[in-house]
Amino acid sequence: MIPAAFDYKRASSAAEAISLISQYGSDAKFLAGGHSLLPLMKLRLAQPAMLIDIGRVKDLSYIKDAGNHIAIGALTRHMDVETSKVLHEHAPLLSHAAGHVGDSQVRHRGTIGGSIAHADPASDLPATTLALGATYVVQGPKGQREIAATKFYKGFLESDLAADEMLIEIRVPKMQGAGWSFQKFNRRAQDWAIVGVAAWRRKGEAGVALVNMGSTPILATSVASAIAKGASISDAAALASNEADPQSDLNASTDYRKHLASVLVRRALEAASK
Amino acid sequence: MKVSITVNGKTHDGDVEPRTLLVHYIRETVGLTGTNVGCDTSSCGACTIHMNGEAVKSCTILAVQADGANLTTIEGLAKDGVMHPMQTAFMENHGLQCGYCTPGMVMAAVGLLNENPKPTEEEVRLGLEGNLCRCTGYHNIVKSVLAAAGAK
Amino acid sequence: MTITENKPTKIIGTRLLRREDPPLLTGEAKFTNDLNIPGALHLSVLRSPFAHAKIKSIDVSAALKIIGVVAIYTGKDLQSAWAAPMPCAWPVTTDMKNPPHYPLASDKVNYVGDGVAAILATNETASRDALDAIDVEYEPLKAVVDLEDALSDKNIIHKDLGTNKSYTWPLLVEETPGCVEEAFKKARYKVKERYVQQRLIPMAMEPRAIAAVPQPFGGDITLYSSTQIPHILKVMSALTLGIPEQQVRVVAPSVGGGFGSKLDVYAEELLCMALARKHNTPVRWVEERSENSHATIQGRGQIQHIELAADEKGKITAVRVRIIGDMGAYLQLVTPGVPLLGAFLYAGVYDIPKAYDFSCTSVFTNLTPTDAYRGAGRPEATYAIEMAIEALAREMKIDSFELRKRNYIKKEQFPYTAFSGLTYDSGDHLLAAEKAVKMTDLAGVRAQQKKQNVPGATKLLGVGMSSYFEMCGLAPSRVLASLNYSAGGWEAATVRVLPTNKVQVITGTSPHGQGHETSWAMIASEKLGVAPEDVDVLHSDTAISALGLDTYGSRSLPVGGVAIALACDKVIEKAKLIAAHQLECAAEDLQFAGGTFSVKGSPDRALPLAAIAFGAFTAHNLPDGCEPNLEAQVSYDPPNFSWPFGTHMCVVEVDTETGAVKILKYIAVDDCGNQINPLIVEGQVHGGVVQGIAQALFEEAVYDSDGNLKTATLMEYLVPAASDLPSITTGHTVTPSPTNQLGVKGIGEAGTIGAAPTVITAIIDALSSLGVTSMAMPASPQTVWRTIQEATRGGKK
Repeated sequence: MIPAAFDYKRASSAAEAISLISQYGSDAKFLAGGHSLLPLMKLRLAQPAMLIDIGRVKDLSYIKDAGNHIAIGALTRHMDVETSKVLHEHAPLLSHAAGHVGDSQVRHRGTIGGSIAHADPASDLPATTLALGATYVVQGPKGQREIAATKFYKGFLESDLAADEMLIEIRVPKMQGAGWSFQKFNRRAQDWAIVGVAAWRRKGEAGVALVNMGSTPILATSVASAIAKGASISDAAALASNEADPQSDLNASTDYRKHLASVLVRRALEAASK
Repeated sequence: MKVSITVNGKTHDGDVEPRTLLVHYIRETVGLTGTNVGCDTSSCGACTIHMNGEAVKSCTILAVQADGANLTTIEGLAKDGVMHPMQTAFMENHGLQCGYCTPGMVMAAVGLLNENPKPTEEEVRLGLEGNLCRCTGYHNIVKSVLAAAGAK
Repeated sequence: MTITENKPTKIIGTRLLRREDPPLLTGEAKFTNDLNIPGALHLSVLRSPFAHAKIKSIDVSAALKIIGVVAIYTGKDLQSAWAAPMPCAWPVTTDMKNPPHYPLASDKVNYVGDGVAAILATNETASRDALDAIDVEYEPLKAVVDLEDALSDKNIIHKDLGTNKSYTWPLLVEETPGCVEEAFKKARYKVKERYVQQRLIPMAMEPRAIAAVPQPFGGDITLYSSTQIPHILKVMSALTLGIPEQQVRVVAPSVGGGFGSKLDVYAEELLCMALARKHNTPVRWVEERSENSHATIQGRGQIQHIELAADEKGKITAVRVRIIGDMGAYLQLVTPGVPLLGAFLYAGVYDIPKAYDFSCTSVFTNLTPTDAYRGAGRPEATYAIEMAIEALAREMKIDSFELRKRNYIKKEQFPYTAFSGLTYDSGDHLLAAEKAVKMTDLAGVRAQQKKQNVPGATKLLGVGMSSYFEMCGLAPSRVLASLNYSAGGWEAATVRVLPTNKVQVITGTSPHGQGHETSWAMIASEKLGVAPEDVDVLHSDTAISALGLDTYGSRSLPVGGVAIALACDKVIEKAKLIAAHQLECAAEDLQFAGGTFSVKGSPDRALPLAAIAFGAFTAHNLPDGCEPNLEAQVSYDPPNFSWPFGTHMCVVEVDTETGAVKILKYIAVDDCGNQINPLIVEGQVHGGVVQGIAQALFEEAVYDSDGNLKTATLMEYLVPAASDLPSITTGHTVTPSPTNQLGVKGIGEAGTIGAAPTVITAIIDALSSLGVTSMAMPASPQTVWRTIQEATRGGKK
């Protein structure tokens, strides 16, 4: 319950945060809402020597209509993503999925950037932004760069973020006329998904991503291309089980997970086609 | 590190170790023991308080993160010796038994109604997904929250 | 003096709001860890990460250097602190094997969580940091995890015992020798079933907390503990530590739930006491949640084999039961007795002949010790018989409710002497069942089911049912003696009318959420004709309530509450003598109603209790030989268990594609005799039902083959939340118990006992068209899905 001791610095801007993390190196961790990191620290499963609190970098909490996409500041809380009118209009799949992260107390503190940077395959928002074809903007000592969500996730809790880089913005293309569905399958509402599916569909196009089906969030490209080629929903959905080689855990073995993925993708595509 | 935190309208200035969790700060430094600790994984919600008007789990926030914040704990809910309508509703509907989850449950429920003043039963159940109770089976907790919503 | 008028109101049976609530709702209530104890040292316990290992060496030197760390003790350091091993109060057989169990292990650890070292520090942070700085070298040994593997004795945990078997406890009741075997030979129908009662973690929301405060001189010590059993703890801790009992005071402050898990004498309580005395300083400890999962007892953990024999009409002619009980690594306070609490209930609510063959063999494993968890032995028994009844109905191809009706003990048979010799006090199973059927709208649900459960449907409807009998209100001391239990089953109460006509009730029960203060005040209020708010209820402090046997086994009302009623009677008897003296009449001519004594036939000749109480205090005008003051003490030993009963039903919808189960409707019809406070009764049922649903659908302490607990936190151990549960519809019937004057029975465990088989039978019913006939608990989506796959594989769909 009591974390191991650490040093603490507060950054007031992204530049300061990056300069601090460059200075302290790999023993340092960014602290945003803290809802991924602090639970690990309380069990002493994580023991960073330095926390750089970026929670007060206020200019990174925003949701803006930027023409063909919506720009979301990395420190925007789940609650604000969930209730954003702009997102309800242009990316309802994302705001809906944000409403399924953890519980309401968690959504008042946790941030979209924290969730994506943590790169947990079991998290709802990495897969959802992946399905939506999002782009992440990161900032490092040498300035900013954009990373497509499809290139971001490298392995279990590993991303393309360098140690001295910070995620600052998530860009989500507008969904214009697409149907969508978020299917989260779990045993208790507050839990991580056993399997989750974020999907959208527009005529012959679809985007489908899977939660907790492997070491990273998975873009189910075979499903999307089958839809594009005119396959039936159930035939396309059946392909989802072959998209990944998921782990076995307490709640689901590999075969059950694969089965669930197909069922949930089918349901998601059906809902998105209505 | 020096922090200034307002709890139930009273500002407390002092030094805290960075690793001090907000719930420990409230219980040990401020001395308000109504906020309980029920788990170590942010699962149970017993430690729920309001931070700048919103329900949060004080076991998953460092005291240093709350520097400058305005907190309300269960002790700050009753005014002038009169219980908050949510507290009254819990009493009238037998929404508590052992009472250990109750402070967190009440704070979460007040937060829920702040955001959704007229929830359905399903919305109440979903809105309390982050708070565990082992005694009541939640039946009377849900009833209490619906009663409090009706009384408003 | 002013004489307040006593109002003859009916209090018992009303929905009086709980007096316990305001401090709990406002944060003013003090749980043990809320107590401010200046100068207290913090205890942390270093625990074994291995299920089974030799301790080769322990190096505490680095930990001792941490600022704030005062001392560190290993098991060897503290050997001389114990006058006896930790207590097991229930040696169920004379040859029961009971390995010595000390608060810290010395040479060998026997489960993950076994205590290895005790750290004292000036603050909790330092004692926590020290845990990481102690270096222990272990030599891992093969862990015994599986019950059947344990029974094989391939690897023996406690070498000195020579076996992993703790005991075998048989209960063979035969009208004539060999009649059980005979009945099975002759049976028209037979079923043979195997069920697994998974291990459960009680998970009271308040983790355990302790503070031991020594007096500076003289050796007295006060133990504050989040316990259900301050009285038992006082005796047992005194014996274990070798402290004269009168020097120990135990206080249970507000206690945040127990469910049996705080019905124990724990290592940390003894460590706090021993170290507080050693250091002459208060010592406190608070458990972390993931520590609780390892260091606090777990419940259930049985493999059950049950066989029923029945005649052509389905009348049960014999029952045979074999159980393997999982004791865990050591025997805690009542560990071995838990399966026996169910031993008499494997015939459930059914009228069976003397043809009952039960046997329980219990084994040690390298896992956390088990002990009483809500229902303790009775949910297990009820589950087995109700599931077996369903299996028999399937075998006979008749409706299971019809089969139940053919076997229920009938209303007119009560009081009913069972095969076991125990007498069931009162009951009307058919009435409760028919009420549940009506509330469920069974016909309507069956019609809907016909429409919905068509070939190819993926959302299948099912209805489940279970009828239960609970043996509760522990208990008649003589019966406990016959079961080899070390203590009695009585309860004590003192009722005192103060000079101002306010009443103090002192009870030996120890509430932790059940609302005793409210209910006990209602009993005294009704008996004495005073307002409930004029009754104060004192409890849970052995300095105030010297005698008592505490709260567990749904005993508090049928034993402790009845004791209060009897103490009120004694007070009234004494007051009557004083009234007769002052009214100058014979005591037999007086009647007492609404708090006033009056002469029968001359209501104007009357004296209120208030006047008598004051008179008893001044002692100016008492009859010869009458002691001053108006108080009475009672120790009440009940003549029988109380036997609450009922029928639960539920309607589920099973998603056959994912295996998800949704409870659409849950109906609980319970009969606990007369209800003191229906509000509290309903609350007990709601909570109990949800713990039963949790066993059926959500919870399991999962261990890997090395004995590591994979569900130690509330992220993995799935205590359900409001969002995951249905609302509960409660109904009741009232069949008063004839064995006590209040006509009451216990209700604390009933819901839990009824719920698990109700949910599981509903799932099986939903999936019956797919050929599913069994379902393991918890029926997680994966388990349900896999069971469907297995049933339909190669078979008809």
